[in-house]
Amino acid sequence: MSEAPAAPPSASADRVAGDGIGLLVRAPAPRPGWRLLPARIGAMCAVELQKLRHDRTELYTRAVQPALWLLIFGQTFTRIRAIPTGGIPYLDFMAPGIIAQSAMFIAIFYGIQIIWERDAGVLNKLLVTPTPRSALVTGKAFAAGVKSLVQAVVVIVIAALLGVAMTWNPLRLLGVAAAVILGSAFFSCLSMTIAGIVLSRDRLMGIGQAITMPLFFGSNALYPVAVMPGWLQAVSKANPLSYQVDALRGLLLGTSAHLALDFAVLVLAAALGITAASSLLGRLAR
Amino acid sequence: MTCDPTDRPAGPDAVTCTGLVHAFGDTRAVDGLDLSVRQGEVFGLLGPNGAGKTTAIRCITTLLPVPAGQVRVFGHDPAVDRMAVRRLLGYVPQQLSADAGLTGRENVTLFARVFDVPRRERADRVAQALAAVNLTDAADRLAKTYSGGMVRRLELAQALVSAPRLLILDEPTIGLDPIARTGVWEHINAVRAATGMTVLVTTHYMDEADQYCDRVALMHRGRIRALGTPAELRRGLAERRRARGETAAGDPTLEDVFRDVAGSGLDDTSGDFRDVRSTRRTAQRLG
Repeated sequence: MSEAPAAPPSASADRVAGDGIGLLVRAPAPRPGWRLLPARIGAMCAVELQKLRHDRTELYTRAVQPALWLLIFGQTFTRIRAIPTGGIPYLDFMAPGIIAQSAMFIAIFYGIQIIWERDAGVLNKLLVTPTPRSALVTGKAFAAGVKSLVQAVVVIVIAALLGVAMTWNPLRLLGVAAAVILGSAFFSCLSMTIAGIVLSRDRLMGIGQAITMPLFFGSNALYPVAVMPGWLQAVSKANPLSYQVDALRGLLLGTSAHLALDFAVLVLAAALGITAASSLLGRLAR
Repeated sequence: MTCDPTDRPAGPDAVTCTGLVHAFGDTRAVDGLDLSVRQGEVFGLLGPNGAGKTTAIRCITTLLPVPAGQVRVFGHDPAVDRMAVRRLLGYVPQQLSADAGLTGRENVTLFARVFDVPRRERADRVAQALAAVNLTDAADRLAKTYSGGMVRRLELAQALVSAPRLLILDEPTIGLDPIARTGVWEHINAVRAATGMTVLVTTHYMDEADQYCDRVALMHRGRIRALGTPAELRRGLAERRRARGETAAGDPTLEDVFRDVAGSGLDDTSGDFRDVRSTRRTAQRLG
């Protein structure tokens, strides 16, 4: 506190006057009501894409785990033939499950990111702009979706190399992308909702670890629901991951799926997730 | 209170707080705060860690509810009319809060977008904001490569791009070296001179407040203990000392004024743990 800032007028101050800040005197006009939310969601999504473009390492490192699931677990269990898959090779059966799993593993840690952004002051600053909380949450959900899409492409390519017969129909692949993004949106919002409740990274880490395992194994990602005990079948019915896997399997492999129900559940879950996460987001800044 | 109402500009005060109370559990961080910041002035809210400065700022910036008392920002209630208040604010929090994974220009562009700067003038406005803080040359580098002083100036550009009527800076020079501190203040002053905006700044550097603030409020344990121009406060203490017959060495500084009004309770108030931790974190990130 003792070293008083000596204040020789520096070149920088002179330059401020010279450069002209005419535009910075007038506040921009607010966008009319209904256009505000889409514009903000667009801004938040754009910024997440910019961040991904600057640092792609996470995209690459994240691709390792789903690849290993297919190569090690998948190739081994294909030989065992212990799981009733409805007549298709086990590797084919599990590939859509691995897409959903890798998407969930990415999304479930978004709460930690939002707590990190709170600690860094990034979140507080955005919360003080005229931006609805739902736009901030949707931006994050979108980013989780984009990262998951990259994983999905990796899994599809590896699975194709391993001989899995999947569709290349562009309409169906578009449906796959939609299912991946909706599922990621739900799980990232679930994580951000928990972040808004527990407020600390350590507690969220524990909870994240604790729920990931039952969400994954309590779904039809690795085995059909029919082989589960009754109570676990009930859990699976309430688990959005099961609907996501069902949709992915139906679209990619052409197995029988309840696509309308699957997408209805996924859209509803994502909407609920965004609502819950945005209503709790403000608690993080308190 | 030593407010002089004669030279006020027309219109409501930029900020008024009346009897503001905010408690975290049993701790009353802000405990009956009365404050008014006039339009166009640089107002310094001073005090040690834990005095309640940041909590007061969070009530004003709509981040915290206002459980008791009244807060107005240009006549708007931040607890009710949040969006209207947010449109008037530029806010630089205590932490170095520029997004390290974006370039300087992208950081500023984001804030232009969330304040509805139309697309046709966005690039020019962002360029002007970056130029105003002398970051034009570094604009397309990632913010993670910036020095602490550069990040602070970038945050200033983020806040300025929306032409706020009230710029709120929470410990803007914490952890910066003396030259960077001077640089930050020079840019604040230059932009204020050009735009006429009001600046509300918290700091515990009394020397900076003395040099750069039009008026200061000394805050301690959630309340304002003294208010006036730095010169008025120093003169006041000199007179009190004379009246008490003390012979102090030299003219009093603002820090002396603070010790005088805060009394003996000052030394055992070192801020709560979270406050200290976030200060340390900021210092660490600054290197």
